[in-house]
Amino acid sequence: MAYDLNFGPVLAHAPDFAAGVRDTVVLSAQSIVLGLAVGLVVSIIRTSGPRWSRTLCAIYVEAIRNTPLLVQLFLFFFGLPYIGFRLQANTVAVIAVALNLGAYAGEIFRAGLLAIPKTQVEAGLALGLSRLQVLRYVVIVPALRIIYPALTGQLTLTLLGTSLVSSISANDLTLAGSKVVSQTFLSLETFIVLAPIYIVVTFVFRFLYWLAGLWLFRRRVPTGDAAASLSLPREVSEP
Amino acid sequence: MIQSFGLWSIPLLLHGLMWTVLLSLTTFVAGGLFGLLFALGRSIGPRWLKLLIAGYIQLVQATPLLILLFLSFYALPFMGWYFPPLAAAAISLTAYSTAFLADIWRGCIEAIPRTQWEAADALALSTTQKLRYVILPQAFRIARGPTVGFMVQIVKNTSVTALIGFVELTRAGQLLNSMTFQPFDVFLTVAALYFVVCYPLSLWSEKLKERRSAGSAH
Repeated sequence: MAYDLNFGPVLAHAPDFAAGVRDTVVLSAQSIVLGLAVGLVVSIIRTSGPRWSRTLCAIYVEAIRNTPLLVQLFLFFFGLPYIGFRLQANTVAVIAVALNLGAYAGEIFRAGLLAIPKTQVEAGLALGLSRLQVLRYVVIVPALRIIYPALTGQLTLTLLGTSLVSSISANDLTLAGSKVVSQTFLSLETFIVLAPIYIVVTFVFRFLYWLAGLWLFRRRVPTGDAAASLSLPREVSEP
Repeated sequence: MIQSFGLWSIPLLLHGLMWTVLLSLTTFVAGGLFGLLFALGRSIGPRWLKLLIAGYIQLVQATPLLILLFLSFYALPFMGWYFPPLAAAAISLTAYSTAFLADIWRGCIEAIPRTQWEAADALALSTTQKLRYVILPQAFRIARGPTVGFMVQIVKNTSVTALIGFVELTRAGQLLNSMTFQPFDVFLTVAALYFVVCYPLSLWSEKLKERRSAGSAH
């Protein structure tokens, strides 16, 4: 190989990478919280809402799940100013990523809710639990445990998907890397540095999901890698 | 010159769509081939191979596709040859899909009950025969739904190659947008074209999954 890798000038930009990590973590956390909220609402409407609202939610879910996140980002970023909404790139990024996650999370939550048989709820009420207790101990926690690998897998995909927001000039780790490339012209070195940073961030997030699972379920529940989001919870059979 | 979005733009987008479909097919065939090898290596290979493949799967699944794409786009020229963006796109998408398909298929192979392996052992089948006649046909039935589901992901993932300048559907949309300045019309049409390709696949995937859960009594 005629070319020797030169990491010095790239590593000199360490503070920029650190700022990029911070932006990516903040962006992901905001999108995840917002997206899970959207998903929860969608799943409740799709399981027990009036007919017209179910149809509306189904259209939303299918439209999002069958088009690429990148196109959704472009549509929001270039389209919103066109109809009079001028928002910052980072705001658009959070909205687009959250709406994307909302559709997937909605489907996952719905599968969890459908996995709890009605007889369980009746049994809980027969034991004298209040409606709120039934909702918490019989519906939400067990449903969440069933879907936990798929849900955390989807959150991992969302975290990785935030790298696309650099294309609409929203601040994140990938954009920080692109700026370093334009200053140093060391493209290969920069991306060789970026990849392990993303890997570490991903595994830190997955560790946090694992801890959250420990706290939620009082026992170890596996978290999913990105591929786990594809094996829908419908296939999980509880003993 | 600013032109307005209209019928003349459709062939441009369809040309992009053609490349999206070709790239998706290439990725699926290549990723499927490596994915099958990796899935087998991961479930029945020697210990060191299992660890190696597991490491590969975990690392690739924790890296954004965009970073993989940039890595291959910038790394390939260092090998001393000229590579068009298409090569970088196909290589990174294949590396990415391999990790996912290997993971999905390993799950399907491991979902086959232990007793099936033992029954095949009792019939004195060789390893190849066991896989060929007992394990893989059953694993294949389970795998169809998630595999078709992942094909949707592949089609959507090809959009990322627009960011290294490969003119597929999304890039065609970007180009058209800078010609017409009608982002809503352009990107809604682009999204609709993706939907036309992806939605039938999604429906098919759901159907295969339902059939599976209805038919699997064990």
